[in-house]
Amino acid sequence: MMKKKEETANRPDNTAFTQQRLPAWQPMLSAGIVIPGFVLIGMAFIGIGVALFITSRNIQVLERDYTGDESNSPCNTCTHSSPDCNCVLNFTLSKLFEGPVFFYYGLSNYYQNYRRYGVSRDDSQLSGDVAYFKNPDSNCAPYRVDSKSVPIVPCGSIANSMFNDTFRLYHIVNGKEMEVPFDGKGIAWWTDYNVKFRNPSLVNGTLKAAFDGTVKPINWPKPAYELDPTDSSNNGFLNQDFLVWMRAAALPDFRKLYRRITQGDYAAGLPAGNYSLKITYNYPVLSFGGRKKIVLSNVSWMGGKNQFLGIAYLVIGSLCIVMSMVMLIVYAKFKFPDDGS
Amino acid sequence: MLRRRLNRLFAGDEKRVDSRTIHVGHQTCPATDAFIQPKFCDNRIVSSKYTVWNFLPKNLFEQFRRIANFYFLIIFLVQVIVDTPTSPVTSGLPLFFVITVTAIKQGYEDWLRHKADNEVNKYPVIVLEEGQCTHKESEKIKVGDIVEVVEDETFPCDLILLRSSRDDDTCFVTTASLDGESNHKTHYTVPDIEKDLESLNATIECEQPQPDLYKFVGRMHIYRDGQETVVRSLGPENLLLKGATLKNTKKIQGVAVYTGMETKMALNYQGKSQKRSAVEKSINAFLIVYLCLLVSKALVCTTLKYVWQSHPGQDEPWYNQKTQKERDTIQYLKMFTDFLSFMVLFNFIIPVSMYVTVEMQKFLGSFFISWDKDFFDPEIQEGALVNTSDLNEELGQVEYVFTDKTGTLTQNNMEFRECCIDGFQYTYQECQSEVDGYSVTDGPISKLQQKAGREKEDLFLRALCLCHTVQVKEVWQRYGGWDQLDGDAYGAAEQSSFIASSPDEVALVKGAMKYGFTFLGSDCKSMKIMNRDKDIEEYELLHVLNFDPVRRRMSVIVKSKSGEMLLFCKGADLSIFPRVNQEEVDRIRMHVERNATDGYRTLCVAYKQLSVEEYERVDAGLREARLALQDREEKLMVVYNQVENGMTLIGATAVEDRLQEQAAETMEALQGAGMKVWVLTGDKMETAKSTCYACRLFQRGTELLELTVRTLEVGGRQREERLYELLLEYHRKAVQDTPPVKTVVTRSWSSTVQEYGFIVDGATLSLVLNTSRYKSLFLQICQNCTSVLCCRMAPLQKAQIVKMVKCSKGSPITLSVGDGANDVSMILEAHVGIGIKGKEGRQAVRNSDYAIPKLKHLKKLLLAHGHLYYVRIAHLVQYFFYKNLCFILPQFLYQFFCGYSQQPLYDAAYLTMYNICFTSMPILAYSLLEQHICMELLLDNATLYREIAKNAMLRWGPFLYWTMLGVFQGLLFFFGTYYLFSNPALQDTGQVFGNWTFGTIVFTVLVFTVTLKLAMDTRHWTWINHFVVWGSLVFYVFFSFFWGGVIWPFLPQQRMYFVFSSMLSSVSAWLVIVMLIVLSLLPDVLLVVLRTPRGPHPRQKKLSYSSAGGSQSPRSSASPLLMRTFSDEPNPVL
Repeated sequence: MMKKKEETANRPDNTAFTQQRLPAWQPMLSAGIVIPGFVLIGMAFIGIGVALFITSRNIQVLERDYTGDESNSPCNTCTHSSPDCNCVLNFTLSKLFEGPVFFYYGLSNYYQNYRRYGVSRDDSQLSGDVAYFKNPDSNCAPYRVDSKSVPIVPCGSIANSMFNDTFRLYHIVNGKEMEVPFDGKGIAWWTDYNVKFRNPSLVNGTLKAAFDGTVKPINWPKPAYELDPTDSSNNGFLNQDFLVWMRAAALPDFRKLYRRITQGDYAAGLPAGNYSLKITYNYPVLSFGGRKKIVLSNVSWMGGKNQFLGIAYLVIGSLCIVMSMVMLIVYAKFKFPDDGS
Repeated sequence: MLRRRLNRLFAGDEKRVDSRTIHVGHQTCPATDAFIQPKFCDNRIVSSKYTVWNFLPKNLFEQFRRIANFYFLIIFLVQVIVDTPTSPVTSGLPLFFVITVTAIKQGYEDWLRHKADNEVNKYPVIVLEEGQCTHKESEKIKVGDIVEVVEDETFPCDLILLRSSRDDDTCFVTTASLDGESNHKTHYTVPDIEKDLESLNATIECEQPQPDLYKFVGRMHIYRDGQETVVRSLGPENLLLKGATLKNTKKIQGVAVYTGMETKMALNYQGKSQKRSAVEKSINAFLIVYLCLLVSKALVCTTLKYVWQSHPGQDEPWYNQKTQKERDTIQYLKMFTDFLSFMVLFNFIIPVSMYVTVEMQKFLGSFFISWDKDFFDPEIQEGALVNTSDLNEELGQVEYVFTDKTGTLTQNNMEFRECCIDGFQYTYQECQSEVDGYSVTDGPISKLQQKAGREKEDLFLRALCLCHTVQVKEVWQRYGGWDQLDGDAYGAAEQSSFIASSPDEVALVKGAMKYGFTFLGSDCKSMKIMNRDKDIEEYELLHVLNFDPVRRRMSVIVKSKSGEMLLFCKGADLSIFPRVNQEEVDRIRMHVERNATDGYRTLCVAYKQLSVEEYERVDAGLREARLALQDREEKLMVVYNQVENGMTLIGATAVEDRLQEQAAETMEALQGAGMKVWVLTGDKMETAKSTCYACRLFQRGTELLELTVRTLEVGGRQREERLYELLLEYHRKAVQDTPPVKTVVTRSWSSTVQEYGFIVDGATLSLVLNTSRYKSLFLQICQNCTSVLCCRMAPLQKAQIVKMVKCSKGSPITLSVGDGANDVSMILEAHVGIGIKGKEGRQAVRNSDYAIPKLKHLKKLLLAHGHLYYVRIAHLVQYFFYKNLCFILPQFLYQFFCGYSQQPLYDAAYLTMYNICFTSMPILAYSLLEQHICMELLLDNATLYREIAKNAMLRWGPFLYWTMLGVFQGLLFFFGTYYLFSNPALQDTGQVFGNWTFGTIVFTVLVFTVTLKLAMDTRHWTWINHFVVWGSLVFYVFFSFFWGGVIWPFLPQQRMYFVFSSMLSSVSAWLVIVMLIVLSLLPDVLLVVLRTPRGPHPRQKKLSYSSAGGSQSPRSSASPLLMRTFSDEPNPVL
């Protein structure tokens, strides 16, 4: 053998790879596999679809538009008046709204995914890096510095345009208004709250001092360190409403989580009855043709109500079944080639 | 640098002169005192392209000259300059990667060249200066230096041989490194010059450097004190080429005539013209479509953006105000930058990586050809050779095969079969016990069992011996020569010691030996042969009238001991017959023609006795012609033609050239694969025709349409008229009367369709090609014939034929296969040139794109390798366009929902890595390993080759299919996710997802779908495929976790932080991903399954083909008997 090898030094290697003879699995899509496969996929999809559909149907949703551009709308007066205008939205629940209930606000025709808007933020600032307080990222322009060239913190369009309507929900029991307690915790991503966003380290024990030499965003009524004076863990960049706002929405019609109703008598849900929602109407949307709404919803394992997924699964599942039937008929006519030959 | 430029300047000056003058040893000559020594270039060989200093700029410049690279550079620059949605890194990084890899590869190659150059340039040589031997580096040699070379060294530059250590003033060289011919060639010193080179005072006048290795014309003027200047002619036999090696000679001395880049070797070292494959043309066409798509997308978006912005409140809502600078920008400039931004956003639709992948696929894929052990030939110890990897897929697209006959269809292994002396036939038989070793069998009809006279026999054999002797030892094409071991030993008994590059010659000398005349050898001027009576005869060789393909004969003039001057001539029948006395011709012509029909190569032998006066006239003529500096060849030809006249025909020889192994099977397979085989040969029609029959190119049923000088002269009318008449007649037969079914696979019992073979010869062909009217008729006839035989072709005509077919309607892909120097032109002309590593040197191999040891390997090369390569690269190209279309389409659609703000849907990392990491490896593995049909089946069923004919997988139909698939999937990805995001609260915590989650869902679906689509198309799953396909998916998941799991300090924005993980925590996201993947792949599955019921299952179909292989192949003569009766049945009914 050795001698033979020497003789043929030029001979190409006789390995499976060089000779393109690697052992290979050669699958073939044939009717015998595809038809049962389609049936299986169809069944599975229909199963999932039914589950999704039922789940989605059981989710209760209450949506109310409060833009106020129609004259009969309760917030109509607020559309032209000064900030901190109050208006009241009344609604009735005919049956128990099962808890935990999630309170969303929704905006439409609002382009949070606009490119210039989306980049107009300084993540270094928001992670508490004081160096960027003095010199915010250039992407923040025109909300980088104010007219006196004092840096804005938090800079940029997103922060500047933070949603600032506030809501209070009252349950009217026997003509008396009982405030439904809102839970403002856990509405933002855990990682945003705990890792990505950091307040600057305190100076002299106060957050305010850390913001020295900066100015609040132009549209904000109060600076970042006063967003929630009641709770220091919900203040500054760690304010949950701020965090929710800073996660830009994917589409121009979006909703964002405002509060959860998890406490007290309402932990099990909102009982049937009359409710009034007191809105502090600050946020202008009519100038760009936008709309505002509030959404009360409970969620399931699949999230909020969305019929699309269930229907899509059902349609595809039945399509698979129909296809397998068609194929079966076609093959019955032409005979299975596997047996035929 | 300056010196080089100066050199160039001088070289430019020099070009104006027809010849250069060299002073041997730099001595001043009395005749040209005032002559200024001209400058020649130094002896440095520079094959490297770059130096350390100019590497970067020059290499970058060359790389950016490629359109694709330039395009990506522009995109990159736009990203740097204009405010664009994606950072310059996304396109800069891949471009940088591609450029760097290419630069490293080219740099390394150039470093190797530098090393090789240095090795040559610094090689120590001995130069004689003023009688002293000085050692120098090779690069310091100047033109005019006298250089000494010892045995087994290579010549450092082109030298004129002045002195040799051998007594007979010759030296042996081998030019293996120049043209691959390993035999020894004899070169001669300039005759009659001083032995003492120091006292030699001479100038050499020779032509300017030119690349032809076998041509050299020069003149040497020798000045001697008080004597008249002596002039010697110099020819290629005096010139030692740089790169050749001195053999069997102790040392030589020569004067440098061409140095450095002006040597013939350097002039021959030029890249061949690039051949581009048809696939590349398809790629470019698709590229243009996608470029249009890109531009129109950008235009649509820009337009819509400004339409949308014109609505009140949309242009600058309060929450998203512009900077002052933006407001101040002119509207049109804004539009333009917006357009550029959209271009940048969508530019991924044309990926950089496709070029890299295609290049890699071609480069790596070509290894499989050279690795294939089926191509290994134990005889020559070599396998296949791939000279270019650009044409792999072209091997699967061949429609016309042009093949040489000698050495390609036949073995070029000549064996002396018969001879005919004075009209009597002599067939040599090994088993014959007769003493003299020859016998007479069935002689001419009237003279059975008779022999020619002994004298005639002797004369004939002597002629054979002498004519041949000259060829082996000396000047016939300067090939051939004694093997060095036997050079002086007169090893005549050892037959194997005859070495000649033209095997006919060996066959003839061996043939003569069988009949008792043995050639013993020759020294410079005399030749010795041993006759039948074991006497040694000696002849003085006076002149050799070289063989050339135009005259197709050669002669020698010898002087016997008795003082007789004899001219022996041998050559092709047609070139001899008009030059001999006509009465002998008829007797011998019959033999020649019969031998030719048997497939033998025939030569006729004639002789002539020259009187002294006659000889002197000839001698003077020859000498004069040989000294001519210009038109030497033409002048020689005139003299040759004068001499070779009025000869007496003494006989003819027949040499058999056996068919190559499996030549017939190979040809049959090629025809079964739908290729048209044309045989182009310089040989006689009869010989070629019989070879065609033997190769089954023509069959019994084939009607032959002949268009040769013979058929033209039948009517005795004008050739032109007759030609037109014949062409019309054949055209009617072959084109008009034949139903147009040629592309359809001929069914087994449709052999009632008449098959045509077409025969044309060189003379007629030149008539045809000169008139365009005939040309188109001729072409149509040819295209309808199953095979075409062109005989009596000059090399250039071969190329003409190939070019004609190449440029005909539909521009079919042509392939030329040949083994000799005469095939080089057609090998270079055809789309694919195949060289056979045969016996006629290496010229064909050097100029070919692929070289194989044997003809039979062509079958596997085309049917298996070619087919697979084509399918692979076609799929690769389509897949690349498809995957980038469904990559970018969602990004385009997203613009409608983000205010046309060029917001990217995917994160920059995903944009960059999609083509580089996530989806590149599976397709590369596929395009290297896929065997949709296994090799054995491909080889067994030549008809499978037709399925991919005419670029079937890269036509607009399949392209449209892939594009539709891409559009469908792109729409699905985007709108599936869009509807899911109608409620962005997708987690059971009620929290909402943002835009980056949206993009990540789309991207995940995309990566999985695109990879699984490839997985579905893969028919051949080796472990590599498994590894790469599942590996890339796993890699994508891991990378996403990793990318989103860390706060990256170098990123200005942490947009992807935990996006992927939180996406996976949502059940809805999972469900939508699964749903979209399944839905995207469904149509493809359906298509695959629904396509099958029309016929049997693809594989079964192929199996059933193979079981009935004989009958399926339309040209099989070995079809089963039953089939034949079937096929004959309809006839009696009709």
